[in-house]
Amino acid sequence: MERVMMKGNEALAEGAIRAGCRFFFGYPITPQNEIPEYMARRMPEVNGVFLQAESEVSAINMIYGAGGAGGRALTSSSSPGISLKQEGISYLAGAQVPCVIVNVARGGPGLGGLGPSQSDYFQATKGGGHGDYHLIVYAPGTAQEMVDLIGLAFDKAEEYRNPVMILSDAIMGQMMEPVVLPEMREVTADQPWATTGKKGRAKPNVINSLGIVGEDLERINIELQEKYKKIVDNEIRYEADGIDDADLIVVAYGTTSRVARSALNMLRAEGKKVGLLRPITLWPFPKPILSELAAEGKRFLVVEMSVGQLVEDVILAVNDRAKVDFFGKLNGSVPTVREVYNEINALLQKGGA
Amino acid sequence: MQKVFGYPRALTSKRTHYCPGCTHGIVHRLVAEAIDDLGIQEQTIGIAPVGCAVLAYEYFDVDFQEAAHGRAPAVATGIKRVHPDAVVFSYQGDGDLASIGTAEIVHAAARGENITVIFINNTVYGMTGGQMAPTTLPGQKTTTSPYGRDTTKVGFPIRVSEMLATLDGPSYIERVSVHDPKHIIKAGRAIRKAFEMQIAGKGFSLVEVLSTCPTNWGLTPIKALERLKEQMIPYYPLGVFRSPEEVAEE
Repeated sequence: MERVMMKGNEALAEGAIRAGCRFFFGYPITPQNEIPEYMARRMPEVNGVFLQAESEVSAINMIYGAGGAGGRALTSSSSPGISLKQEGISYLAGAQVPCVIVNVARGGPGLGGLGPSQSDYFQATKGGGHGDYHLIVYAPGTAQEMVDLIGLAFDKAEEYRNPVMILSDAIMGQMMEPVVLPEMREVTADQPWATTGKKGRAKPNVINSLGIVGEDLERINIELQEKYKKIVDNEIRYEADGIDDADLIVVAYGTTSRVARSALNMLRAEGKKVGLLRPITLWPFPKPILSELAAEGKRFLVVEMSVGQLVEDVILAVNDRAKVDFFGKLNGSVPTVREVYNEINALLQKGGA
Repeated sequence: MQKVFGYPRALTSKRTHYCPGCTHGIVHRLVAEAIDDLGIQEQTIGIAPVGCAVLAYEYFDVDFQEAAHGRAPAVATGIKRVHPDAVVFSYQGDGDLASIGTAEIVHAAARGENITVIFINNTVYGMTGGQMAPTTLPGQKTTTSPYGRDTTKVGFPIRVSEMLATLDGPSYIERVSVHDPKHIIKAGRAIRKAFEMQIAGKGFSLVEVLSTCPTNWGLTPIKALERLKEQMIPYYPLGVFRSPEEVAEE
């Protein structure tokens, strides 16, 4: 196994290649440019396709074509570009086309800034475009997880015929860490439902999200909701660190989970009973474990780089059975270890609910 | 005895939802005949638009993807890059291709993307009920230009074939009409040629088909065909705007 130093964005790109991704369509936007630039160099080496689209809108529709044709297709962007892709993402979800979309999130709203942000949480987890749908959303916490989760993302996208999003941010994308890369996997673009040309099939394959005749649309939506239930039942992932004896549990993902972990390590060294619950899937959300912990009498602190989005899901999961506090930083600012340490200490001193 | 005429194999037997006198049915048949003639039914993938032809995937007996409004050339690009040996065509109306989808069509053409585009120009949004299109003629009344298209306020129609022919990417662009049998036969030849260009790997091909919309024009089918001939063709001249010979010279 090779162990190499890589930027998060490049680790993700190489991870995608090794997971059999051979079709990348994207458009330049900071802070995700390392991904298309890496793909532009790397795809020709593996007989894959890199194409710089004329817009984010076109890129996501190329993904709709390539994914619908059975290819392992990837696009990446950052917040304003992900907003532009929402039309296509809704169609991908409706037509049940597998693909992976990476959001290396930056601060908003509007043109915003180039720094890291977690203010696209609602957009990623609640649908984002029109209609009742969900993406599977993974939030990597290390460069290694960029590699591991992008591979998993392609497998799950195909298993459920559903678009999958990797929600990263400017820090996760730009930070260098050692990663172990997996072996190259061979994947064929051979799906029984894909558009390939009929090639002797009795009936054409059609990729479509239209349901205007009779009760077609209701049937499509029932089918989608049944699938989402299966995903909720089987695909929740999280990391729990020191939660068993903890009185207070920090809930955070991605960049803020790293800051929180450092603060928690300091506090635990002082004998404080604190733990970390890090959602790895933001959708499906790790609701059952939070519900359980709330029933055990734990209290929670949610740390986010937003005015409070993840915290809403924690409150829903806890459902008034435990106290949920929130520490957020507005876009353009990253919480420091000391700030989180002080926040937790203050809560511990204030005592229980 | 040799069979000289029959129902195209590349069409399903499903009855279409098109209005009486609408020329979509003719163009569907021409596309299907070209697919049959070239023996490519098993390797063809179509892209349906948003608009009246949104259900084209029910009428063609080939694999299909339904695209969002205007995005068909991008979807076609994605499919073609996965299956370079497939024959990929989009079927798009004028609102779809010449308004909301201008970026997609221009850049697919500029890349010389090896796909075929069947472009239906009937100077109006059909499915949504007769609104002004980018191709609506000056003075033409529609539901959103009730006093007639005023070019001083909303500008001029776009001549898509001429515009795309300024690019280096396309291999073949022709504008045809389906207002009488002679022109229908010519249109069929153009569509077949466009597919041949793609099969030969020559790059982007587009056939603009001047078509009618009797319902939204408020005309009988026969009057609609007359309007096409007398009013549309003078503004949208028929002809080849980009040809393989031209490509070969370069």
